[in-house]
Amino acid sequence: MKYIKILWNGILKENPTFVLLLGMCPTLGTTSSAINGMSMGLATMAVLIFSNLIISCIKSLVPDMVRIPSYIVVIASLVTALQMFMQAFTPEVYKTLGLFIPLIVVNCIILGRAEAFAAKRGPVESIFDGIGIGLGFTIALTLLGGIRELLGTGKLFDVTIYSENYGMLLFVLAPGAFIALGYLIAIVKKTAKI
Amino acid sequence: MKKLPSTLPNMLCVLTLISVIAAGALAYVNTITQGPIEENKARTLTEGINTVLGVSDAQVQNTTEAEDANGNPVILYATDKGVAVQAIDPNGFGGKLKVLVGFDDAGAIKGYTVLEHAETPGLGAKANFWFQKGEKGDIIGKNPGDAKYANSGLTVSKDGGDVDAITASTITSRAFLRAVNVAFHAYAGASATDGQTGASPQIHN
Repeated sequence: MKYIKILWNGILKENPTFVLLLGMCPTLGTTSSAINGMSMGLATMAVLIFSNLIISCIKSLVPDMVRIPSYIVVIASLVTALQMFMQAFTPEVYKTLGLFIPLIVVNCIILGRAEAFAAKRGPVESIFDGIGIGLGFTIALTLLGGIRELLGTGKLFDVTIYSENYGMLLFVLAPGAFIALGYLIAIVKKTAKI
Repeated sequence: MKKLPSTLPNMLCVLTLISVIAAGALAYVNTITQGPIEENKARTLTEGINTVLGVSDAQVQNTTEAEDANGNPVILYATDKGVAVQAIDPNGFGGKLKVLVGFDDAGAIKGYTVLEHAETPGLGAKANFWFQKGEKGDIIGKNPGDAKYANSGLTVSKDGGDVDAITASTITSRAFLRAVNVAFHAYAGASATDGQTGASPQIHN
């Protein structure tokens, strides 16, 4: 029950994108299509789960004053490893997201969760927090990417819904990201009553 | 377990230890991913060369790296089925535009593919199919070595050329054609100075 609560907390109550408004750079930058948003969300989730786990295991070994540099080294190593794995085994995804993968290091969601959660709780709870926040981020990015792709190009996950000629190109470009995100946050706040 | 106090030796030891472990882990990941990464790069290149030459089994026999007049790298891949040239134009609408162009014996364009670009989606990003055979800006079969292109190479109709630019993306189109021209000059230069570099000897056999 405790674990389900942690999961739910990450997905809705403390959703990193819609409620905490963390990690806006990858949110706006990578969501030009649903599949891009989803891949970025999953990549971040993978890093988040492992960083939460490792940091919660080493938390009592790390003196307070070097806490942040130590966490950053752990996170940066995980991201570099992820980047190499993606380059090796999913080159197609890497081609579109490659530029944004190193940015996961400075994604404030990851360091934020390390500080706010993993540095205070046990490893198992930290893993669940990683999954929950990661899922929340993935859902948000997929939703935003889907809306932008549908309005901008008439496609959803590369399946044509209506002709591209009627698409509003604006939504694939940067301003569309801000507009779509703004409306999404408003709708989520209104309906979820957070 | 109680937290370690923040004394200098403690901090030094912990940070060093973490860094060493991280470096070790990364070195290990590097050894297992290096092979597949190299393979992927090689496969992408081979696929690109095959596409632009319109064949399926081109074998690279000779790779020559050079620089164009502006100091950008140009790479010539001489294969048994023709020559593919990779060229860059740094002034696309969104930055660098990297193309791979295949030439036949006479110097006519056999095919092309855009390897890397940062153009606007929906506008300049169309470059990868706009100039293909049967499309509006068709450049396939044109020979930048023809007398009518002698002055400025392939250019868009706005600049007096005969290639239709991508709608609303003249800057991208210009950058693309500049890269194609650079590729052609590299190809022409190589076959003029050194007949062995081009594909001609094999095909004439």
